Amino acid sequence: MTTLVQQAETVRQVAIAGNPNCGKSTIFNALTGMRQKVGNYPGVTVEKKTGRFFGSHGETMSLLDLPGSYSLQVRSPDEAVARDVLLGRLPDTPRPDVIIAVVDASNLERNLYLVAQLLDLQLPVVVALNMVDLAEQNGCVIDVAALREKLGVPVIPMIATKGVGFIELKQALSCDPLPKPAVCVPMPEVIETEARALAEKLDISSDIAFPEALLLLALHDRALAELAHEREIIDATLAAQRRIRDVDLDPMSAQVDARYAWIQKVCHAAVSKPGDHSVSISDRIDGVLTHRFLGWAAFLGAMALMFFCIFTVAQYPMDWLDGACTGLANWVGSKLPASDLRSLLTDGAIAGVGRVVVFLPQILILYFFLGVLEDSGYMARAAFIMDRLMSRVGLHGKSFIPLLSSFACAIPGVMATRTIENRKDRLVTILVAPLMSCSARLPVYALMIAVLIPAANALQKAGIMLCMYLLGIIAAFVMAWLFKRTLLKSETPMLLLELPPYRMPSLQTVALRMWERSGIFLRRAGTVILALSILLWALATYPKPSDPNASPADALAHSIAGKMGHALEPAIRPLGFDWKIGIGLIGSFAAREVFVSTMSIVYNVESSDKENIEPLRDTMRNELRADGRQVFTPLVCIGLMVFYVLAMQCISTVAVVRRETNSWTWPLFQIGYMTALAWLGAFAVFQGGRLLGFQ
Amino acid sequence: MSGEVLSSLAAGERGRVVGFDLPPEQQQRLLEMGLTTGVEFQIIRYAPLGDPLDLKVRGYHLSIRKREASCIRVARL
Repeated sequence: MTTLVQQAETVRQVAIAGNPNCGKSTIFNALTGMRQKVGNYPGVTVEKKTGRFFGSHGETMSLLDLPGSYSLQVRSPDEAVARDVLLGRLPDTPRPDVIIAVVDASNLERNLYLVAQLLDLQLPVVVALNMVDLAEQNGCVIDVAALREKLGVPVIPMIATKGVGFIELKQALSCDPLPKPAVCVPMPEVIETEARALAEKLDISSDIAFPEALLLLALHDRALAELAHEREIIDATLAAQRRIRDVDLDPMSAQVDARYAWIQKVCHAAVSKPGDHSVSISDRIDGVLTHRFLGWAAFLGAMALMFFCIFTVAQYPMDWLDGACTGLANWVGSKLPASDLRSLLTDGAIAGVGRVVVFLPQILILYFFLGVLEDSGYMARAAFIMDRLMSRVGLHGKSFIPLLSSFACAIPGVMATRTIENRKDRLVTILVAPLMSCSARLPVYALMIAVLIPAANALQKAGIMLCMYLLGIIAAFVMAWLFKRTLLKSETPMLLLELPPYRMPSLQTVALRMWERSGIFLRRAGTVILALSILLWALATYPKPSDPNASPADALAHSIAGKMGHALEPAIRPLGFDWKIGIGLIGSFAAREVFVSTMSIVYNVESSDKENIEPLRDTMRNELRADGRQVFTPLVCIGLMVFYVLAMQCISTVAVVRRETNSWTWPLFQIGYMTALAWLGAFAVFQGGRLLGFQ
Repeated sequence: MSGEVLSSLAAGERGRVVGFDLPPEQQQRLLEMGLTTGVEFQIIRYAPLGDPLDLKVRGYHLSIRKREASCIRVARL
């Protein structure tokens, strides 16, 4: 504990704030390099990113990345994090000693809005005037000395992507003592008076009471009730707001107007635009990429390229990883005598974790593309193009990316929902994301298509697959529509989307993002998935049959999993499934692709090579019921595929949903509704098909 | 010119914000993004499916839906 306190005293705490797209993460990454870690703020789902770097005298400084936002005005608990950090109100996060306010020089007016709010906080501020090269290209000349004087804080011109300005930035941060802002944004008199009066009622230290009072005054009733807990403060704020309205000012907008009026004066003094109104390169690119026809072509092309890479290029490293896991399992198997321990290690732990780790190359490629699209500015255009479709079901253009990512894997999809500000919309997106057919379903589809049509040609295979993908998409949209109207009823959220200028993506930013995300993925594979793999292994192993020479199929039938399959039979009989399929469903509860390996154990097919499903296919096709009818009729095959399109069957997704929603309610609800949906889907196929006279 | 709203302007046209008929929270968000009363803007384009729209204000591109845009009173320039 002493060391922690000492550290907090000696290490200068730096916070970095800025609008989205201002280059904040580039500066953060350039300062800290690999010395960064990602966590969560307690109670909310906002990411907490911290790192360390060295000041100009070689002293260690701690850097905290504040969530990117356009304003400090708080409207929800998630948005409150930045304000609480800056006011020093979070128990585990010390109040920063200095704030780096990153500002996009090519978009100065709007970026200065946040700076205007930061100046109120009575904390030293250093303005990092980033992308000065871009501003110059746009024909915008910024007088840095004039800007420094008008803002009353140090201003450092920077080109973060080229490493320009970091020495000067560090010098400004190492300054001792750090100068406090010399300027405060002038507010209308009545606002100033009311804020001072309200500040005295607040039970917090005097230097943060005034900015807090300003924020309270601009809150409307609902948010006020959510964020200020004491009745006394709420009443005082409402009374002050009434007095402001009495002099014909709107408490919600008066502060904003005052800040922008001040910004206009600052810009008037510091920025000159020598009459250049030519269309920028970025605007010209936009003319193509958001064009009525070309825009769609570019969009579909980009998506097609991404999925081509995810499903074909990733196959090679996936095969290597798969081989490595099998090799490791064989090696462990050869070193240990036949025992439960050996089986636990090889069949339980290594196979279970391996099945998930195998997807790492796909996830890396997905994050590479998402990173490039995000960093280049195209992601905002994708949301712009797709928003009309998404808003039909009550969602946001921003829900598009999470759903898209879920085609590779629902885990990055669920994590990508963090960009959706509205809690209810975020939940709806999380709830329907696993309905998108992820790559783990591919082995199941491949097996069932082979059983359905043994000699299927490429066109037939692709056609059936496409139908399954479409079914998932339709189900996701219908469920989103339903949830938005019932459980998570809320207005279609307002769209406020900045379309940033296009730029070359920074490879460092993209690489760090891939590194960070795959780390989260692997940690989960090492913990939750490991534990569950062992549990499932135990269910499929114990109790053992009395005959030690029993075949694996008999042993499985004798195990708890086998008994569960039997117990499950009445529930799945209406779907045309027997108890052996039931074992497959239970075995693949943790991960869909396990269905294939479970089926090969059930049918006693020795097949170590997952590419070669022919022996299993033929056994399944020849499997007969007690009355001599075929088990895997076309209707059962299609019903089983439909079941896998709609069922949750993925414990890693459950784990990530639990973490992202901070509760067990939502993941359990999700398992419930998706299983019900899957059952109904398979039921409709089997019984409906029979009514229509199909087999 | 009375009764004109932002969404009634065609791509390429310029205007000035005159007032808002939006719930306070939404209005505040728009204001903070720089779409304040009196500010000038230009509609750059509508999205391929006709909604949302891309407008240039204070030197940057902001996209909002027609629904909200139809609640922003403007004067055509």
